[in-house]
Amino acid sequence: MITAILFYIFAGILLASAAMVVSSRNPVHSVLFLILAFFNAAALFLIAGAEFLAMILVIVYVGAVAVLFLFVVMMLDVDFAELRGGFQRYLPVGATVGVVLLLELAIVLGGWELAPGAVQLRMSPTPVGMSNTEAIGRILYTDYIFQFQTAGLILLVAMIGAIVLTLRDRKTSRHQNIRHQTERTVAETLQLVSVKLGAGTTASGGILRPIVAEPEPVEEEADAGGHGHGH
Amino acid sequence: MMAVGLGHFLAVSAILLVLGIFGIFLNRKNVIVILMSIELILLAVNINFVAFSAALNDMAGQIMAMLVLTVAAAEAAIGLAIVVIYFRNRGSIQVEDVNLMKG
Repeated sequence: MITAILFYIFAGILLASAAMVVSSRNPVHSVLFLILAFFNAAALFLIAGAEFLAMILVIVYVGAVAVLFLFVVMMLDVDFAELRGGFQRYLPVGATVGVVLLLELAIVLGGWELAPGAVQLRMSPTPVGMSNTEAIGRILYTDYIFQFQTAGLILLVAMIGAIVLTLRDRKTSRHQNIRHQTERTVAETLQLVSVKLGAGTTASGGILRPIVAEPEPVEEEADAGGHGHGH
Repeated sequence: MMAVGLGHFLAVSAILLVLGIFGIFLNRKNVIVILMSIELILLAVNINFVAFSAALNDMAGQIMAMLVLTVAAAEAAIGLAIVVIYFRNRGSIQVEDVNLMKG
């Protein structure tokens, strides 16, 4: 009974905050409502008995994705009021599509029932007398190792992609010039001087210094290709 | 079996999915809110997976939900990276300005 009441409270807050995400004027408010929606979805997961996924949802979504959104929203200097234009124009078509989709889903839910043999087709039945985390751990690294590896690969690709996309060369940053390094010869960097005994100092009394290398000219043609630096 | 019926979870998930799709239509110009709507849609998918997993006593649904979670996180990271470089190049994130490929 108390579980049902909690379910309705959390579901109500989840749907209300989701509605606020899509209709809020300020994107920062949208992100904050998104965080609220994720918290309530985690509570729904807890009610369904998926404790591990609930905690993962809080950590991954609230801790990483929502903060990423907040970071981008606050970093970009965008006039969000301008982006609000056409809100009324898109409202009818959006409402139409939403109502049609909701009606279709209601039809599907209304006429749907579990197949009689569905219980026999379970891939990995929930073990009894075991915590949710232990049950996941027992099958995640054995029966579902390929899904686990695929998830890791997806994260790797996303990480590399995000870095490659946002990395940019600044004109002021100094890079290693491999061509210069490999083209260096002994003749232009090293000077061998045979010094007589007792004549290590020059006539002026100073010590013979090595040749100071000329600072390498900044190559102009390297950037002439137009890599599209940030403007 | 869980305390709350499967139908309730499915109804919440369906409404959440519709809200996400509605958000995509409503915020046609703001790509960041579109990304947030996609997150809502994937959250609805996850609720479906977890609800069926609890109703059928099958752990496979929760594993799939973790996979969806991973994909959602990767999608958010890549999408926001594209938004950032697009804003850096064009100074705007208007969806209607995205016509470099003349599609």
